[in-house]
Amino acid sequence: MSDIDSNENQARYSIGVDLGTTHCALSYVDMSASDGEKTAQGVLPISQLTAPGAAEERDLLPSFLYLPHENELAPGDLTLPWTQERTFIVGELARSRGAGTPIRLVSSAKSWLCHPGVDRRAAILPSDAPEEVERVSPMESSVRYLTHLREAWNHAHPDAPFDRQDVTVTIPASFDPAARELTAEAAAAAGYSRMTLLEEPQAALYSWIQKSAGGWRKQVKVGDVILVVDVGGGTTDLSLIAVVEREGNLELHRVAVGEHILLGGDNMDLALAHTVARKLAALGTQPDPWQLRALTYACRSAKETLLSDPTVEAVPLVVPSRGSKLIGGSLRTELTRAELTQILLEGFFPQVDASARPVSRARVGLTQLGLPYAQDAAVTRHLAAFLGRQVNALAEVEGLRHQAPQGATLLHPTVVLFNGGVFKSPLLVERVMTTLNAWLAAESAPPARLLEGADLDLAVARGAAYYGYVRRGKGVRIRGGTARAYYVAVESAMPAVPGLEPPVQALCVAPFGMEEGTDAELPAQEFGLVVGEPVHFRFFGSSVRRQDQVGTLLEYWQPDELQELEEIEASLPPEGRTPGEVVPVKLHARVTEAGTLELEAIPRGSSERWKVEFDVRGGLSGDMRADQGMGL
Amino acid sequence: MTDMNPGFFGRIGIAFGAFFGILGNAAFAGRVQRLREAPEAPEAPDFAAEAPRPAAAPVAAAPAPAPAQPAPSVLKEASPVAALQLLGLLQRDARFIDFVEEDIVNYSDADIGAAARLVHDGCRAVLREHFTIKPVRTEAEGSRVTLQEGFDAAAVRLTGNVVGKAPFNGQVSHRGWKVEDTRLPKLAPSHDASIVAPAEVEL
Repeated sequence: MSDIDSNENQARYSIGVDLGTTHCALSYVDMSASDGEKTAQGVLPISQLTAPGAAEERDLLPSFLYLPHENELAPGDLTLPWTQERTFIVGELARSRGAGTPIRLVSSAKSWLCHPGVDRRAAILPSDAPEEVERVSPMESSVRYLTHLREAWNHAHPDAPFDRQDVTVTIPASFDPAARELTAEAAAAAGYSRMTLLEEPQAALYSWIQKSAGGWRKQVKVGDVILVVDVGGGTTDLSLIAVVEREGNLELHRVAVGEHILLGGDNMDLALAHTVARKLAALGTQPDPWQLRALTYACRSAKETLLSDPTVEAVPLVVPSRGSKLIGGSLRTELTRAELTQILLEGFFPQVDASARPVSRARVGLTQLGLPYAQDAAVTRHLAAFLGRQVNALAEVEGLRHQAPQGATLLHPTVVLFNGGVFKSPLLVERVMTTLNAWLAAESAPPARLLEGADLDLAVARGAAYYGYVRRGKGVRIRGGTARAYYVAVESAMPAVPGLEPPVQALCVAPFGMEEGTDAELPAQEFGLVVGEPVHFRFFGSSVRRQDQVGTLLEYWQPDELQELEEIEASLPPEGRTPGEVVPVKLHARVTEAGTLELEAIPRGSSERWKVEFDVRGGLSGDMRADQGMGL
Repeated sequence: MTDMNPGFFGRIGIAFGAFFGILGNAAFAGRVQRLREAPEAPEAPDFAAEAPRPAAAPVAAAPAPAPAQPAPSVLKEASPVAALQLLGLLQRDARFIDFVEEDIVNYSDADIGAAARLVHDGCRAVLREHFTIKPVRTEAEGSRVTLQEGFDAAAVRLTGNVVGKAPFNGQVSHRGWKVEDTRLPKLAPSHDASIVAPAEVEL
């Protein structure tokens, strides 16, 4: 095994990293031992602390970071197999310690990483920590999880250093360019030198393809439209992938991705625990916060029992007392099937009409302190909105042989792939399928089929590793490129009317479907940049406008067609220019090999290129900034 | 301790079995010890230091003999570290010590049963996480089997009318359990395994 490839630069392993909201996982394909659709794949057991001074290997690394007090642990308690120099805890011990001391626990860092209301590079977590706790940024905490994975790999594979392998890190399909950029930046800071990003629903489909060992060609056919429903611990991610024919071969083409929905399995467990806690309170017992956490944990396993065995009517729940008296102080109650159905099936997966849309309440006052959780918990309503918005998504896809039905109000998927531990439950799978098929039947479309045999927990990591292998031309690839077109705001040249916002036009700088490693054309329009001063532009994305080309200027659009993203910021350094001088520049977009969107400002008559940054310092308010870039 | 109610306690028995397997079976404990020493030389806890009063124990590969024994003995002293570790895991995940140490005389069967669920769930989780346990005999209990000459007497215990020579014909009254794999956490050298559950003080 010490035989490294003759070519020193050729990676032996393709490593897939699932950087999840609640768990991370690492899978790998040994490319030297794989051939065609026969792949040698493994999952790295990740060494991590499970108790003070005790390290174990687990397939999953809980995405939790704990910042201990200096007196909290004995010296040597944080010893990892590869280092004794750690002042923080990542993984299982972080999670269990944090249950007792939440003010020192960083959780859901990934959700914070794409929270447009906060500065992602500022030390803001844990958000409710007292002054003396040294906080970390959402970015830094992702760096620590990624670093832990790299170190665990290097410890287990001393003959194949991590930085010489091909690494794929997964992100939600709904991540905007800024969140993608931050993830890539975190990976680079964690020492991931050869890294590519991959969308999680695509990774889940790659894993399914790999597991079928060639059999996928029999299970899907040209014209099929695969809906991937991925409900993770903290996010719900939707994607549509079409099966097309090109030059006689089956090809997969990702045609649309959903909005970013902060809603996942953890919300479901919490909802159950609160219901049970209310039941206990009605009987005169008020669970304390510690007991509520224990109750959440008990509810999770009770939920799994009820969801996997339809004959069970109720599962007893026991919450032990915190002291050493186990029997005397326990709280006893039960979770019944009726409650489960009421909360999970009706609350999170209600059977709604295809015309249903998520309910959104106007946010009251300052809500930016916490995470912007989805306001409507119903996954099925989010799904209806997604399919409705994407009703015309297939019109442009070549080789699909798709005939859009007249008067359809939603896109008609023909097959469904589920991902995420939530769907270990046949009841939830059935509920989503029934709801979807009712929508399809109402439009006289055939019912969608279920793709069987998905690995629900590790599919994303496995699929990511397989993707790295496929990138070398060893199997079918999912094409599609970027799932949004991007625009910058241009003020229209009309006289200012006092008290009225000047009307804004949107100039397309990056069209839909840009593949990795490609450049967009240079638009004809120029912008004036003030030398030595950062200039901000409002920035928009659209997941439905597929026809716009670079240079397309929109004067009017439907409110749900364009979503405002974080501003972008360009600055021209003063070298060789007079500060304050206005220089005309063009904005040029390209998608890097790693999968991030890069914008550059190119001054007129010059070969210089200045990087345009995404402003991730928070404060997205929709207000016009005073230093808005001017249209020339 | 095996002839109790087969229901809940029978299952608890699995936990006892593994625990006492390490305490009582030197060969098994040795295997655990070797497992723990082999891959991680600097990580392996200093067993000599953990043994009771190893005042004059020189650095030796063989387990230090207990100081109380006057003459060299072939019997090995089991290392308490792995046993303490397992006890710690059972307490953490199954509240095992709390349960056994509590005076249950005044509680109703329903109360005890409720707590037993918790202990059972936890014990099972600990066993599944840290051991791979398989039956010694794959035949159903009650079925008849023939033991050939040279069978493993450590793995199969003959009871009842034990006379004559192999092959022996008999009935499986218990399938037995064997631990095929043990996966205990690796410990930092400074870790004090005797604290199986730290006191908790809420500030």
